[in-house]
Amino acid sequence: MMPEAITFAIFAFVALAGAVVMLMAQNPVYSAVGLLSTMFALAVMYILLDAHLVAAVQVIIYAGAVMTLFLFVIMLIGVDRPNAYGARPRVEKVMTAVVASVFFLAIMLAGWGAWVTGSAAFGTPDLNGTIEKVADELFGTWTIVFLSTVMLLTIAALGTIALAYFGGPGDDEEVTQ
Amino acid sequence: MSDIVSVEWYLILAAALFALGVAGVMIRRNALVMFMSVELMLNSVNLTFVALSKELGLIEGQVAALFVMVVAAAEVTVGLAIIVAIFRVRSSANVDELAEMKG
Repeated sequence: MMPEAITFAIFAFVALAGAVVMLMAQNPVYSAVGLLSTMFALAVMYILLDAHLVAAVQVIIYAGAVMTLFLFVIMLIGVDRPNAYGARPRVEKVMTAVVASVFFLAIMLAGWGAWVTGSAAFGTPDLNGTIEKVADELFGTWTIVFLSTVMLLTIAALGTIALAYFGGPGDDEEVTQ
Repeated sequence: MSDIVSVEWYLILAAALFALGVAGVMIRRNALVMFMSVELMLNSVNLTFVALSKELGLIEGQVAALFVMVVAAAEVTVGLAIIVAIFRVRSSANVDELAEMKG
């Protein structure tokens, strides 16, 4: 019947379940695994939306590099301190639920205004996020922005190296300054 | 083919993921898990970009999603380095125990 709708339903459930696991898990490793499944589910969403390059980059960068970095750091600083959702005071939980719901409803309402003004039929057949089309845009119109992201990554790498050198207990002043 | 799941469903999913990320930043006190929640919020915004890119027939949405990923990668690198540096000094990743800058 409707393979796309079924795929969407399954992976939307996976994404939400992964996010809830990330939120609730006692152990940071489980949080990381929950976020990982959310990211894979989002990659499937991108494929459903014909954004093939973004889907590939999602798996390579987020699921591959970023989550691996997270797991390295979790292993480095230890997982022996359970410090989780269950330990929070009740009022804080209620406030969190209220604020998160307000965010959700606000986003929904903001979207609703656009929908009632009438949007075009969903999807254009010629839009296909292949490498060629995205690269045309990326290296054509957005070259300067692309180059500034290169600068950003270089500066981030330098900052990380600096933190690794001067971040130790003996160099307390450099960290706190 | 593409009109079976309309863009509204993608936006609702993105809003739900963003709300869960906000809840994660508020309720968790482990710096690592707070960081993951920020990543979740960035991911949900990416989903919005790509869904609206499809809706409007503009490839710019996907380009914006790629830029968000680059910035998120830089942010994760520096943020995790800061967490590790703090942990080396304080032996804790709990943000409630880091109150030196309180006025």
